[in-house]
Amino acid sequence: MQQSVIEVNHLYKAYQTAAGDFPVLKDVNLQVLSGDYVAIMGPSGSGKSTFMNILGCLDMPTAGSYVLDGYAVATMAADQVAKVRNQTIGFVFQGFNLLARASLLDNVALPLVYAGVSKEARHARASLLLEKVGLSKHMHSHPNQISGGQQQRVAIARALVNQPRLILADEPTGNLDSTTSEEIMAIFDGLNQEGITIVLVTHETDIAEHAKRQVRFLDGRIVQDTGAVASTEIGHDHV
Amino acid sequence: MFSAMLGEAWHAMGANRLRTFLTMLGMVIGVGAVVLMMAIGQGAEASVKRSISAMGSHLFVVLSGPPRMGGARTATGNAPSLNVRDANAIVELYGVVGVAPVTMGKGQVVYASNNWNTDIIGTTAEYMDIRGWGLSAGYPFSTSDTRSATRVALLGKTVVQNLFGEEDDVDPIGKTIRINQRPFVVLGVLDSKGQTLDGRDQDDTIIVPLTTAQRKLFGNQLPGTVRQIMVQAESDNVMSMVEDALNSLLNQRHNIREGADSDFSVRNLTAIANSAAETARTMSLLLGAIASVSLLVGGIGIMNIMLVSVTERTREIGIRMAIGARERDILMQFLLEAIMISIVGCLIGIAIGVTGAVLVSVFTQAEVIVSSASVLIAFSVAASIGVFFGFYPARKAARLNPIEALRYQ
Repeated sequence: MQQSVIEVNHLYKAYQTAAGDFPVLKDVNLQVLSGDYVAIMGPSGSGKSTFMNILGCLDMPTAGSYVLDGYAVATMAADQVAKVRNQTIGFVFQGFNLLARASLLDNVALPLVYAGVSKEARHARASLLLEKVGLSKHMHSHPNQISGGQQQRVAIARALVNQPRLILADEPTGNLDSTTSEEIMAIFDGLNQEGITIVLVTHETDIAEHAKRQVRFLDGRIVQDTGAVASTEIGHDHV
Repeated sequence: MFSAMLGEAWHAMGANRLRTFLTMLGMVIGVGAVVLMMAIGQGAEASVKRSISAMGSHLFVVLSGPPRMGGARTATGNAPSLNVRDANAIVELYGVVGVAPVTMGKGQVVYASNNWNTDIIGTTAEYMDIRGWGLSAGYPFSTSDTRSATRVALLGKTVVQNLFGEEDDVDPIGKTIRINQRPFVVLGVLDSKGQTLDGRDQDDTIIVPLTTAQRKLFGNQLPGTVRQIMVQAESDNVMSMVEDALNSLLNQRHNIREGADSDFSVRNLTAIANSAAETARTMSLLLGAIASVSLLVGGIGIMNIMLVSVTERTREIGIRMAIGARERDILMQFLLEAIMISIVGCLIGIAIGVTGAVLVSVFTQAEVIVSSASVLIAFSVAASIGVFFGFYPARKAARLNPIEALRYQ
């Protein structure tokens, strides 16, 4: 029996606006097993990015439960959530989100700073990952000196540096041309083959086809799921 | 981890050099001003204190006069209303430990081809003790010199320099000099006392026995009269009691009716000197307080810039949170930056303050004292200002919502 990395039940999220509560997610249920490769699709405003932020522990749901890797996120203290973001999840953003002032090496090594790793070990691990994404030559360059595709590789290296179980990617190819997109997706494919669970958001079908499973959001609900795990298949003994 | 954060703080400081420099400038000026002002204030205090100890402690001076001459009053000390017998009576008062009658005047002094005009003080041997004035060479005169009006003299340093030259090749002891054309043997050379609070050179003086001055230098006013009587009390505690006793004793001796004007006046020299010292201390405090205000302004400058910096780097904070920074990591990062700015500013400020103090002492000859305490105070105040004014912006950064921070453009 495979362990589930993500288990979301009856998730609701509403934003408070002047005009009253504005619901974004309405009763979302999703299970992602370890080693899965999920593409979340849907039009703008369908709630997929909000869902992604909740999965990444950057945002909290209004109601419902989210169990990540066996732990209920809602019950965690702030520092524990920070630790989860640091060590369980690797986040890849559409806009790369690198620190402009830091070298690529320092950018990749940054999560290790918060994990309390020594400087030598940080640099060793970061340069290893830069090599893996093919950027070891640019180790001491700064983000503004390299292309968008290269920046996204640096972001992936940073996401991987703490050996997370789960990679969350929010439109990782949204700012890239199609050739570069394919290169980036090839990296994700490789990572999934290594056993890392990947959840990515995209609105491009050809990108989504890289994933093993496609989940479609519409108006705050999941309307289509190509690989839904039957609830009977899920063991709850690990919770 | 801490060293990594220090490195980042250093890096952040270097990212916008002009802004960092301007922020720091508030601190630099504040600390520099505190160090400089305290150096000047403490220097003034020290020089006042030295003047006081040079004058002698618990001192009164009884001046003769002011007399009334057909309604016009002349200055104190001009009319010979005090005499040696008054002095002898004062000795008997409770709480009085020393009395020295003094008469003074100007004299033209000659040695070989040099001559000099200086103050001549005629007094008794006790004067030296009361003033706490020692000799750097030779011997003081004795009671028998006073009794027999011998022609001996103690020379102040300035007088020695003018009569015997700047170099020490002539030993003045035992030499015969002429004061107002009369020969005097130099018995000793007085210790240097420096200037009085009002800048008079106390070393430009010759001390001779009282009787010698009265009979052989200044002619005969009224026999036995003196210009003033120096009185030393036993301690600070009996000062006011002694002052009252002096007044009543002299009123009685001079047959002054109650309510009538005295023909003498008693001055408390220690009180005057103490008030000068108090003034110097107040000045020093005031200067320090004014300078501290600029430290405060510098601190507010740091807070202002840190708030701007937090706003500007909202996205960066979001990124850091997304990859696992805890609230306290973010807090620490911004706090360290603020502390670093204030400490570096403080070090530069100390350097500038000390340099300024040295320049002031070189160009104005005024005494300045840079104490390690003032530097330490400035440093610790600056560091705490960094913490105090850095905390609010840092906490603001740490409390940011990660998702809102990431969305910030």
